[in-house]
Amino acid sequence: MTTQRNSGRRRQVAAAAAVVAALLSTAACGGGGSDDKSSAAGFDAANNKVANASDKKGGTLKFAGVQDADSWDTTRGYYGFAWNFMRYYSRQLVTSATEPGAKGTELVPDLATSKAKISADGKTYTYTLRDGITWEDGKPITSKDVKYGIERVWAQDVLSGGPVYLKDVLDPKGEYQGPYKDKDPEKLGLKAIETPDDKTIVFKLPSANSDFEEMLALTSASPVRQDKDTKSKYGLRPFSSGPYKFQSYAPNKSLKLVRNEEWKQSSDPVRKALPDVITVNWFTNADSMDNHLIAGDYDLDINQTGMSPQGRTKALKEHKGNLDNPVSGYIRYAVFPQIVKPFDNIHCRKAVLFGADHKSLQTARGGPVAGGDIGTNMLPPSVPGSEGQKYDPYGMAQNDGKPDLAKAKEELKACGKPNGFKTTIAVRNNKPVEVATAESLQASLKKVGIIADIDQYDGSQTTGIIGNPEVVKKKNYGIIIMGWGPDFPSVQGYGQPLWDSKYILSNGNNNYAMIKDKAIDGLFDDFVTELDDAKKEETATQINHKVMEGAYYLPFVFEKFVNWRSSELTNVYTTDAYSGQVDFASLGVKK
Amino acid sequence: MHDTAPVETGDAGVAADLTKKAVEGRSLGRIAWNRLKRDKLALAGGVVVVLLVVVAVFAPLITKMFGHDPNEHFESLIDPLFSTPSGAWGGISSEHLLGVEPVNGRDVFSRIVYGARISLLVGFLSAVVAVVLGTVLGVLAGYFRGWLDAVISRVMDMLLSFPQLLFIIALVSVMPNRLLGLEGTGVRMLVMILVIGFFGWPYVGRIVRGQTLSLREREYVEAARSLGAGGRYILFKELLPNLIAPVTVYATLMIPTNILTEAALSFLGVGVKPPTASWGQMLSTAVSYYDSDPMYMIIPGLAIFITVLAFNLFGDGVRDALDPKGSR
Repeated sequence: MTTQRNSGRRRQVAAAAAVVAALLSTAACGGGGSDDKSSAAGFDAANNKVANASDKKGGTLKFAGVQDADSWDTTRGYYGFAWNFMRYYSRQLVTSATEPGAKGTELVPDLATSKAKISADGKTYTYTLRDGITWEDGKPITSKDVKYGIERVWAQDVLSGGPVYLKDVLDPKGEYQGPYKDKDPEKLGLKAIETPDDKTIVFKLPSANSDFEEMLALTSASPVRQDKDTKSKYGLRPFSSGPYKFQSYAPNKSLKLVRNEEWKQSSDPVRKALPDVITVNWFTNADSMDNHLIAGDYDLDINQTGMSPQGRTKALKEHKGNLDNPVSGYIRYAVFPQIVKPFDNIHCRKAVLFGADHKSLQTARGGPVAGGDIGTNMLPPSVPGSEGQKYDPYGMAQNDGKPDLAKAKEELKACGKPNGFKTTIAVRNNKPVEVATAESLQASLKKVGIIADIDQYDGSQTTGIIGNPEVVKKKNYGIIIMGWGPDFPSVQGYGQPLWDSKYILSNGNNNYAMIKDKAIDGLFDDFVTELDDAKKEETATQINHKVMEGAYYLPFVFEKFVNWRSSELTNVYTTDAYSGQVDFASLGVKK
Repeated sequence: MHDTAPVETGDAGVAADLTKKAVEGRSLGRIAWNRLKRDKLALAGGVVVVLLVVVAVFAPLITKMFGHDPNEHFESLIDPLFSTPSGAWGGISSEHLLGVEPVNGRDVFSRIVYGARISLLVGFLSAVVAVVLGTVLGVLAGYFRGWLDAVISRVMDMLLSFPQLLFIIALVSVMPNRLLGLEGTGVRMLVMILVIGFFGWPYVGRIVRGQTLSLREREYVEAARSLGAGGRYILFKELLPNLIAPVTVYATLMIPTNILTEAALSFLGVGVKPPTASWGQMLSTAVSYYDSDPMYMIIPGLAIFITVLAFNLFGDGVRDALDPKGSR
């Protein structure tokens, strides 16, 4: 190479440097320029109340998202937004009321004429179906279709993924093999459900469960017609019993629903069915989706998990009137597996609770608006029996969330580790916010002598890594960072998988703390047999107290989201039934 | 440096004239140094490189002087609504010279200073691994030829066609947390150094092999051989000294590439572990805030940019200075 060419290349390098510098300096002054849309309903206008109430039909409702449903099969979906969306094309015996806020958690009859007639012992539930309920081909929906739809929950080998509460309650011994292995000619061999005629369905529970009707309100209790059951492919084209039906679906790309002409408004007291067409488009990048939402290309984020930091900042600054800031029903927390030393000792667990900087953890979660209020106990505000920040046994929200170093030191001494100890924080690698909380926890614990190493594991492998106690022990995961939201608003729907010793599994475990407390187990037993709502609440409160007294969990926040709502939307409100999400079933559009 | 004169005389033309004029005993090293001194850009690059090394070595001292530990959180400087620094320009102030990080308010200056350690250490050590492996195997292949050459050359071809980055990502994610007495970030760095170095050696190896092939036929090697010198003598006394120039050049140009690879790995989340500061990891976080806190992306970007540019300019200069055909 000659020097001639070298100097030429050098000049190029210098020029490139200049260009880069110029680009960098212009990037710094990007942004700005607001186009004020005055028609926005206002900040929090749809949070627990109805914004833009309207009965106008027609138009296209456009959802955007970054995460497709795990499955659109009513039996298999487990994402909250998917359950919410499934009400467009599926109906249940009972469902959540289409009302804002806490009222949304009340159950109302849907396919049934009324809520269940429950026998005195709480073991028999009887429903009568309405007239005029039809499938998308015009055939009536019968009690057999409902039974068959519920039976599909038993076919976990083919239809995995969805909630299995119904299976656990109706067939705790696992005697029924599921409809695909059923020898009954009609495939209706499940003994716990009886269908004396096409209009009547009777559930016979081996033992009472006070939340049984909540379980029937889950989409996994939707009717499915046997001749339309495509088994594992059903999620690609579910057969509609609701006001809309699938027109096209390309997984992770787009979904289009059109009106189900056979559905009759008169048969459905729940769904408003305002838009003519409903579309969903999925993006690979959250920032790009947020930009489209802000630009008005889409109406609502189907995932309802809050905007990314970038879009949130822009929206808060320029379009605050388009934002809602609901409480999500999730609690974000750290949990201490007792199988990992020294977390077998309650004092070491308490040392972490006192040593953590709660304000710092809240900031890492996104601050008071996008993250949520500082968590002080383990029962989400949307669950009956919760006390919110009023119950704060460790003073987490006091003193502006600052750590209590003196108490932390005391607890360390009581634990026999006066100089602190070493441990590992396990955190999902695909959740930047969780990694940020891990770093925050690490920094504050260092001040009391607890040295924590952060291990980022593959976030798609939670069941086999943190869900496997053997692995947790081997990897020395003393602190696991996670979050949890209720499947249905009750302490059973939230806390039982986390705290009941029956739910400790060798794989797919959610009782990460390995809580084996007879008192807690007993309270859960009381709860499921108690039919009185006030007493149920009391039990829920007691369970929460027991869990907090054991110091198994360090709650970070009672999570809040900042969600976008376009000015085009009508009838928008958030509901506790879907953990603070907008209730999709009532939405309409102006144009 | 000795035994270099024959190379010069072996070349006709300019270089030959040059040595004739320099019979007073100016070694190639001296000539190269004189040339390098005249090359202002290369010198500037060199100065920056030295500065970076100083910064990296004295990182704890420097951060102590400015008062902030790289892992200390300053949440009070974060706007709780937006998770970004409260002040203008990413929270730059006399207290925090380059501002603070979004979300947790860690001092960007301290983290850049500590990040230099990771970048330089990985960049330099992986170049050393590549150069040692490449030189040894390249010389062996070029000198002994035959089946040994065939095997080594094919291995080099294979490695050059290997999807390096993907392999490293896969490897790092299955690495245990403890290895050879190291823990956490230590393991990650060791793996990065070894793997980046391992995939870099064929580039050095090819050059060395080619050089060796041509050098081993030179008269002075023939002469040594005819005087009864053994293979070891020829390898170490005749061949290796003449390979130092091209290898040095390649090594200096390899360091910036390695720094970029380290940054890319950290960007992808398989580099050093949090909370250890690394430029690539800072850039990766900054992506979520490019609009609301652009300074946080610009600063680590500039750090990588300046470092790589400095190494490249310096490396270019060294090559020109050592190039026997060079006129300067």
